[in-house]
Amino acid sequence: MSGAPDPEALARAVAGTVGDGSVVDLRRLSGGASRETWSFDLVDAGGARRGFVLRRDPGEHVGDSDRSTEYQLIQAAAAAGVAVPRVLTLLRPEDGLGRGFVMDRIEGETIPRRILRDDAYADARPRLAAQCGEIAARIHAIAPSSLPDLPGLDAAAQIEQYRTLIDTFGEPHPAFELGLRWLAERVPPPPARPELVHGDFRNGNFIVGPDGIRAVLDWELAHVGDPIEDLGWLCVKSWRFGVADRLVGGFGSVPDLLAAYEGAGGRTVDEATLRFWVGLGTLKWGVICIGQAFTHLNGLVRSVELATLGRRVAETEWDLLQILDGGW
Amino acid sequence: MTQDRPTAAELVRAVREFLEGDVMAATEGRVQFHTRVAVNALGMIERELTDGPGFVAAERERAAAILEHDISGHAGDARDLEIELAAAIRNGSLDDRLDAVRDHVRATVREKLLVANPGYLPPDPSA
Repeated sequence: MSGAPDPEALARAVAGTVGDGSVVDLRRLSGGASRETWSFDLVDAGGARRGFVLRRDPGEHVGDSDRSTEYQLIQAAAAAGVAVPRVLTLLRPEDGLGRGFVMDRIEGETIPRRILRDDAYADARPRLAAQCGEIAARIHAIAPSSLPDLPGLDAAAQIEQYRTLIDTFGEPHPAFELGLRWLAERVPPPPARPELVHGDFRNGNFIVGPDGIRAVLDWELAHVGDPIEDLGWLCVKSWRFGVADRLVGGFGSVPDLLAAYEGAGGRTVDEATLRFWVGLGTLKWGVICIGQAFTHLNGLVRSVELATLGRRVAETEWDLLQILDGGW
Repeated sequence: MTQDRPTAAELVRAVREFLEGDVMAATEGRVQFHTRVAVNALGMIERELTDGPGFVAAERERAAAILEHDISGHAGDARDLEIELAAAIRNGSLDDRLDAVRDHVRATVREKLLVANPGYLPPDPSA
């Protein structure tokens, strides 16, 4: 499944849901080392154009992530008033395009460094943290019982998961060991009833326009657990993309985020709980970076980009030590 | 035997400069992005060739002191010491000296960043 998708196969795959047409301007969008995102236009017989995005898994994957779950989740989010791209077509095996789906293309920016620096988003930036709070509250209000079966993953389970993963890779990370000890001593009480967690709620997974957040992307890591995980992940330093003093995604402040979250029905979050989840998120990103490097080292996907992620682990170790010392 | 000039670090630098100049200018999109990634990787190798041995020696001394190992006279591998340290942090056997452990770990992570991405570190007040 390497290389560009076949435009004719793509046109056939979407014909049933969006109508006949020919695929033009097929191009790979940047970002996403582990998953392919393609943009294309469909031109119908009358010459009308409509923009779409194809998301699909590249290569032969180990494990079996079910894209239909993500598809249903995005539809549930849309029904709950969360801005998401409309998902139109779930790829079938007979389409010959791999696993994935086609959705409406929403115009806007996803590249964090542009969102944080370009003049076009200068007016939007001060509003993004509050928007994140409102959106997160809406996501967390979706009843898990209305969704397809999602994995349950609470704080204690995640600590155990990352400890095991670190052992699997077999490389010593004393900074992460200090972090695991610190986290294990501070596991917040689990929520009365587990809630839907987006799982990758951060700068980089938002489509942003001059008016603010237009859509939330990347629902593939959704699970059921403690919703404050999403707020902590949003504040992880790696997702501030160089604007370290704006704790929320590099664009906003924690008080703005939490006030909006609470105002939209989310629960009250104290600093210690947020710090726990930022710490766990930092560790998680560090372990993911190790995993990405090993995806290269094991020969699963050879890539200079994945290889160098192994050397970014030290950044997350540094960040985690800062959090242990009371910094952010 | 000693190799002729350029040294390994000088050769890596030559390749990095080629990528940074000619290749960056002749590429776009993903290939250009990956060229930039490759340039960064070569910068890490240059710094590791230059500063790595000193960092590893310092790390080894610090880790051995905390673990109370005598490393004089034989080559206690820094990686082996870090493996032992990681296990000891986990099982609690260093809990009586956690401040020293934290200082060592912080110093080691700082040395890793001085190779991987020096710009990530706050300015050194002692420099």
